Amino acid sequence: MLNILWPIFIILSVVYAIIFGNIEEVNTGIFNSLSEAVELSLTFLGTICLWSGIMEIAKKTSLINKLNKLLKPFINFLFPDLKNNEIAKQEISMNMIANILGLGNAATPLGIKAMKTMQKENKVKDTLSNSMMMFIVINTASIQLIPTNVIAIRTSLNSQNPTSIIIPVWIATIIAGVVGITLTKILIKRVK
Amino acid sequence: MENIINYISNLAIPSIIVTIIFYGLKEKTKVFDTFLDGAKDGIEIVLKMFPTLLGIFLAVGALRASGLIDGLVKLITPLTNFLEIPSAIIPLAVLRPISGSASMAVAVDILQNYGVDTLIGLITSTIMGSTETTFYTIAIYTSAVGIKKTRGILIAALAADVAGMLASTIVCRILS
Repeated sequence: MLNILWPIFIILSVVYAIIFGNIEEVNTGIFNSLSEAVELSLTFLGTICLWSGIMEIAKKTSLINKLNKLLKPFINFLFPDLKNNEIAKQEISMNMIANILGLGNAATPLGIKAMKTMQKENKVKDTLSNSMMMFIVINTASIQLIPTNVIAIRTSLNSQNPTSIIIPVWIATIIAGVVGITLTKILIKRVK
Repeated sequence: MENIINYISNLAIPSIIVTIIFYGLKEKTKVFDTFLDGAKDGIEIVLKMFPTLLGIFLAVGALRASGLIDGLVKLITPLTNFLEIPSAIIPLAVLRPISGSASMAVAVDILQNYGVDTLIGLITSTIMGSTETTFYTIAIYTSAVGIKKTRGILIAALAADVAGMLASTIVCRILS
């Protein structure tokens, strides 16, 4: 997608700038954006490493088990087909916890594991099973307790109140999640 | 009242950090070593993000300096005004489901240009925090097990994204 959009953006800008006499601005604009990208990455480096480090500690503690227990009723509600598949449920739970803690890098490998376990029980191998559909939709819904990356970026950009978005993020995530889950439940019934 | 809210939100991050470290200590985790392991992942995140950030900044920088963005924003303003969405976030809304690092770069660009704590800044942050790279997520999980038929799941996931983005704008408007 970006392989098409990116060159179009740049070519369009230059052509537009030549027509409207802004080529000098474009010339300086390009090089300003490059140094901005470098400066920003350096500030991100600090804040993002901080959160990755802290969440890595959380991963090693019993906070994980506590979250696991909290999640159980949700998982049973969302994945009725997996009633007797404890391994799949455990893997799904670990994936959700990694998502909740904002450990995107850890969530994906755990999720792939869960998909492979579910695929074993899947009757039609080239089509998503009900549980897989629900699992993927939940992973696209970004359930996060603390949106650490966004907070880190807000802190780097000198926000007066970097955490002020936590509650709006929760509300928006819940609304998105409910819409996604409801539609998926409908799809599961309608589309075979 | 405002002081109390400020105090609580200032307290949020330090107390999360302390709680997690406390648990780590209580359960005899090597907290510092573990922290270092995680921080290394952080370097990787930033390193992976850097080329995209650079590329997107280059394109967006050129677009903005040429005056093209201003022109486009003027064009779609009637529509976005009607929906009460700030037109500045439209590029973000379009990119968000497609590319994580590209949408993050666009978000950073918006935050820099419109301010982190302005309404647009808050909406941008909320969208980034509450949505995912839908296309990528679906592609990764289906291809991992060789599945081709997805039973319309993309529609459900994209509808959830749109709902999340609309909710972000509405919630931020109400709260600010």
